[in-house]
Amino acid sequence: MNKKGLLVHTGLGLYCPKADVYLDPWKPVKKAILSHGHADHARWGSSSYLCTPTAAPVIKYRLGDINLETLPFGEEKLINGVSFSFHPAGHILGSAQIKVSYKGEIVVFSGDYKTANDGFSEAFEPVKCHTFITESTFGLPVYHWQDQKWVFNEMEEWCKNNRNNHHLSILYGYSLGKAQRILQGLPESVGPIFTHSTIEAVLNVMRNQGVSLKNTIPVNEHLTRADLLNGVIIAPPSVQNSNWLKKFEPIRNGVVSGWMALRGARRRRNADKGFVLSDHADWEGLNEAISLTGAENIFVTHGYTDILSKWLIDKGLNAYPLETNFEGDEVL
Amino acid sequence: MPILWKQISKGMKYFETLFLCLEETTKTNEKVTALIDYLSSVPDEDKMWMIGIFSGRRPKRTVSTKNLRRWAAEKADIPLWLFEESYHIVGDLSETIALLLPPPTVEVQKSLNEWIQLILSLDKMEEDKQRELVFYAWDSLNTSSRFIFNKLITGGFRVGVSQKLMAKALAEFTHIEPNDIALKLMGEWSPLTYSFQSLIENDENEGSHSRPFPFHLAYAINEVTDLKGEPSDWIAEYKWDGIRGQAIFRNGLYFLWSRGEELITDKFPEFELLISSIPPGTVLDGEILPFKDGLILPFQHIQTRITRKKITPAILKVNPVVFRVYDLLEWKGKDIRSKPFIERRTLLDQLFASIDSSLHLQLSPVLPFKEFDELKILREGSSENGSEGLMLKNKHSTYSAGRKKGEWWKWKIDPFTVDAILIYAQSGHGRRANLYTDFTFAVYSQGGDLLPFTKAYSGLTDKEFIEINQWIKKNTLERFGPVRKVTAELVFEIAFEGIQESKRHKSGIALRFPRMVRWRKDKVVAEANTLEDLQLLLKKSR
Repeated sequence: MNKKGLLVHTGLGLYCPKADVYLDPWKPVKKAILSHGHADHARWGSSSYLCTPTAAPVIKYRLGDINLETLPFGEEKLINGVSFSFHPAGHILGSAQIKVSYKGEIVVFSGDYKTANDGFSEAFEPVKCHTFITESTFGLPVYHWQDQKWVFNEMEEWCKNNRNNHHLSILYGYSLGKAQRILQGLPESVGPIFTHSTIEAVLNVMRNQGVSLKNTIPVNEHLTRADLLNGVIIAPPSVQNSNWLKKFEPIRNGVVSGWMALRGARRRRNADKGFVLSDHADWEGLNEAISLTGAENIFVTHGYTDILSKWLIDKGLNAYPLETNFEGDEVL
Repeated sequence: MPILWKQISKGMKYFETLFLCLEETTKTNEKVTALIDYLSSVPDEDKMWMIGIFSGRRPKRTVSTKNLRRWAAEKADIPLWLFEESYHIVGDLSETIALLLPPPTVEVQKSLNEWIQLILSLDKMEEDKQRELVFYAWDSLNTSSRFIFNKLITGGFRVGVSQKLMAKALAEFTHIEPNDIALKLMGEWSPLTYSFQSLIENDENEGSHSRPFPFHLAYAINEVTDLKGEPSDWIAEYKWDGIRGQAIFRNGLYFLWSRGEELITDKFPEFELLISSIPPGTVLDGEILPFKDGLILPFQHIQTRITRKKITPAILKVNPVVFRVYDLLEWKGKDIRSKPFIERRTLLDQLFASIDSSLHLQLSPVLPFKEFDELKILREGSSENGSEGLMLKNKHSTYSAGRKKGEWWKWKIDPFTVDAILIYAQSGHGRRANLYTDFTFAVYSQGGDLLPFTKAYSGLTDKEFIEINQWIKKNTLERFGPVRKVTAELVFEIAFEGIQESKRHKSGIALRFPRMVRWRKDKVVAEANTLEDLQLLLKKSR
């Protein structure tokens, strides 16, 4: 993967043999360094973990009693001579890019990232490196995000309209990341914000760590439909077709996700309304981030790996697709 | 209503808003309200284009999609391969272009009609001029209006506005009976030559002689026990697998319409002879079937007739057809659709008794039965008679527009199935853009070669697709662009409606309507069907 074999791509994820450390491993290992707390990056069962201090409480909440150490953004940790440090990825609160350097050779693993500042997560910082391993979730030129202010205005309008028609507004977003972004971004005029218990739990973990969040009211049996109609409900995507909402009919479903940019995805998700708001970089964001690293070698993972790699090669860079979830060792 | 009409500025915005509303709601009432709101807000020309567009009467294509792609890539400043990859994933050309273009630079207010006139003016224009005007449009429209503009050029708005729904909205708007409106919407008219007034006025214009009735359609039934009433309330017929057609004999003229409301008179010149045998003021409903020497031929014969621009004597000879009639909609110049089916059928029988038996016209027989249970046996015998199942029609039913539960049922025979091996996977379009859902299946030949013989896209749940996708990622052997060759390991049950010989396929076999019914996790590759099994099926089905 790089000149000195500092990082290799294995069946368990990215591995640094010199330090015997895995980055966001897919299965239990001895030492794991985590970019952030989403379930496809932070998995249970490893003997020890390292992450940023702001990401730590949620990771602990999700993975239970684990052996977790933290390392503030920008500080270095040496493991058998290899230096590791975290740099803001702007994806969710506490999310990091992981910089690995050894004898002047620098590799950066982006984790998930977005370049636009959402005003809540630590803003993305480009890191100069020789090799950059980038995600490519939205690595297609059809993905172009509007300013988040525009999207929140659209949400406000939608909620108002629903209320006029006596429809209850439900916004769906992941409990870690999207839910906080919706909560903080929604204008006051939408009224009180009600939450599903899964989301409330994550919000409380963050409140306990000293993060300032708006007030919310967990949905409970004492609330009437009339109460809820005054505000908006934020719920995780998993409850969209469940019984939890049956008693609140008629409702309107607003799905908040970058995927909502495509009509096909909106139909698939059965959304009354799709709000295009993502915690990943869009096409311009990916290209900008890649160019700011100044890296000679780009490995593209997680998403449209083939297409983005080919585009980068066209532009004269050394780019390679990197398959995630690939079984069997692959040393590059 | 998800959008406030008052806030919307003039011009194509109205149509854009209507389009978004129709797409965002599945509720009939909301769709009707949106249509009425649109009708009350726009000038007559825009009303007509809206009705035209949603009933498949879109403006003529004036720019090739090849040029559109090229220009869009140019405007978006990306190479053509990246445009094509994006198109493959988005699945819709108009949407891909709308998303790729840079933000608009000017604001232009034009009505739907004005934009369509611009599109029509592109016809026979020099390519540079065309490009300039298309760029002008792209520069002045936002993403969703661009999408609509592109759709107007490329055609094919697949939005859920059925004829029935449109008739309902127009009826409420004009205070005319929905049935009358539905009739006026049929047949040959274009927003270019026809005004909104002439569409809704009760006139006898030129087009009215050729105007077909809205087709009555059947619902599918799975069990004969679902039938209501007594056996004597029902008429059974075979269900023919051809092209549904309506033959119109009026004023010494003859017209043939397909179910897709296309005038196909020219494709079947042999029926013109019928003018001498059928009295004027007669409309017949039936099935056009490929037929020779007392036997129904494979469906591909009729495809040849439909797809060829010019029907030569040679094509007529190799692909002979009959019109197999099962209903009478107009008799002696009178619309008899409100008579019960049994009365229409009796009149039809009388008509057939009075006319010379023509080689090209046949009566679809009524199948006698006393008990519902007998229908099962009739259905089992239907494929021997060249049909694909039974039609069960309520004797008392009128011929209404579209589907109505409890009037006509179709009871198809069970499809054929084979167990086949997954060998290639390709990512899907539209709804399934980021999943591998387009699969190619193979069977082993006697020589031990894996021969691909069919593709299938549908039939599995989203959950199963996700599981298979993970497997595909781990078991990719080779990649060719968007296609992945995978380890020959997974077995799927494929259902299909028919099997034909094909010279184009290596396996020598082509299937009709193949789809996946089950992922046979219980089977290994050696237990899948073989080419020999398929060849046997082919022989049997002949």
